[in-house]
Amino acid sequence: MRRHADFLALVAVTALLAAGCATGTGSVSDDTRDDAVAGVTGSLTVLAAASLTDAFTRIGADFEAANPGVSVTFSFAGSSQLAQQITAGAPADVFAAASPATMATVVSVGEAAGEPAVFARNQLVIAVPDGNPAGVTGLADLTRSGVKVALCAEQVPCGAAARTALDAAGSDLVPVTFERDVRAALSKVRLGEVDAAVVYRTDAAVAADEVDAVEFAEFAEAINDYPIVTLAAATDPPAGEAFVGYVRSAAGQAVLTDAGFQSP
Amino acid sequence: MTAPAPPAVSRRRRRTDRRLPVFLALPALAGLAFLTLPLAGLLLRTPWAQLPARLTAPGVLDALRLSLLTATAATVLCLLLGVPLAWLLARARFPGRGLIRALVTVPLVLPPVVGGVALLLVYGRRGLVGGWLDSTFGVTLPFTTTAVVLAEAFVAMPFLIIAVEGALRGADPRYEEAAATLGASRWTTFRRVTLPMVGPGIAAGSVLCWARALGEFGATITFAGNFPGRTQTMPLAVYLALEQDLEAAIVLSLLLLTVSVVILAGLRDRWVGGLR
Repeated sequence: MRRHADFLALVAVTALLAAGCATGTGSVSDDTRDDAVAGVTGSLTVLAAASLTDAFTRIGADFEAANPGVSVTFSFAGSSQLAQQITAGAPADVFAAASPATMATVVSVGEAAGEPAVFARNQLVIAVPDGNPAGVTGLADLTRSGVKVALCAEQVPCGAAARTALDAAGSDLVPVTFERDVRAALSKVRLGEVDAAVVYRTDAAVAADEVDAVEFAEFAEAINDYPIVTLAAATDPPAGEAFVGYVRSAAGQAVLTDAGFQSP
Repeated sequence: MTAPAPPAVSRRRRRTDRRLPVFLALPALAGLAFLTLPLAGLLLRTPWAQLPARLTAPGVLDALRLSLLTATAATVLCLLLGVPLAWLLARARFPGRGLIRALVTVPLVLPPVVGGVALLLVYGRRGLVGGWLDSTFGVTLPFTTTAVVLAEAFVAMPFLIIAVEGALRGADPRYEEAAATLGASRWTTFRRVTLPMVGPGIAAGSVLCWARALGEFGATITFAGNFPGRTQTMPLAVYLALEQDLEAAIVLSLLLLTVSVVILAGLRDRWVGGLR
């Protein structure tokens, strides 16, 4: 439903811009937007899902280079933890979550300024130790006897997504552990304590020299949307909006794609 | 804020009665508030009306039962291994005893997650001991209830050792010497003289050890993983509940707190009263 709403909003905005251009005010609004981006200064605090660590660190550096006078500070943690911190009054300008559900908890208490926008998507893969010793080729292999599997707990986004994919596959997989976040699940593969774990493709990519990623057909049922929003408590809303704009720009999207994310 | 200076006579009298001086009482009260206010916060935010439904929700009693079971098993393991170790540190003379004592207390200051990683590297499927267990007996420890007990014992045993060693050092060794001169073997002396003498110390150490094991989180989730009914103890359930539902986390925390306080208070009065 949200995706439809986003699409409709996009159509509406496009129509308005087109109307604006037609009446000759487009150049004015373009000018003001350019001024805002060029003129942003100050320090920006961005709370972002742990899975964005590598991509956002690069985007932050690029954004600072493009906007001299701005410094960006990141706090990376589990989306749910960050949402709790925002609800408890953490001073921050931008929030990027790993799932619409965690974003919704922030929106529902009035901490978001405006509508969250989906800026990236992440798909699930099966991470296996280098060389795939257990010969895993899909979800069905995970239920073979003797194959030890780690999943994320269903309380965190990667676990909820894995559950959706497993249900879609009709799998009755019983893991040996429900890990507290996606990196913890991946660690159990890197240590060789489990034969496979269902993780995000981007996380498997970070550990590419130690783990292999096996794609499976049912991942399409469980693609994770990453929404981003400027926060109501932002000390410098224009700078926050400029950062959100940069993440969604072609330059930002290129970094995200490079890290294994898909563009929305 | 400046009170008038009391006359010298009354100040001298105050020193003889046992009232706490203000410069100690104020920080003491602040310390008490600092330690107990968070507990009050938990009580204030508890959704009392939902309590019965929350407590009987699937998984909660499983986690509590597993917590009580593993903490008790860990305490028994600590008693079996820790009391002899404490005796060694307090009574035996050997080179490097100071170093051994330092090593024994390392888990006290080690972040529990680090302890969990260390346990994984030794007892894990690819670990020094764990690899041998796997290849020889087909036994793997991680993700089992045994792993929970090991993680809890690793973190809690120093508490027992410190308490028992302290009791042993405080006990008069002449009773043991007398028993030895009367012909008792070293084992008989230990069993019939030493153990009864340090009984309250062992009880106090066991209670501390048990309470620490009950609250163990970092080493457990790292080494034993998290699976409901098998390795998901109460602290793990609280952590994961917090990801989704603050009220569920509050209720679980309250339950764990109640169990800890009731048992600590109860045991202290009954068995450890002699130490006060």
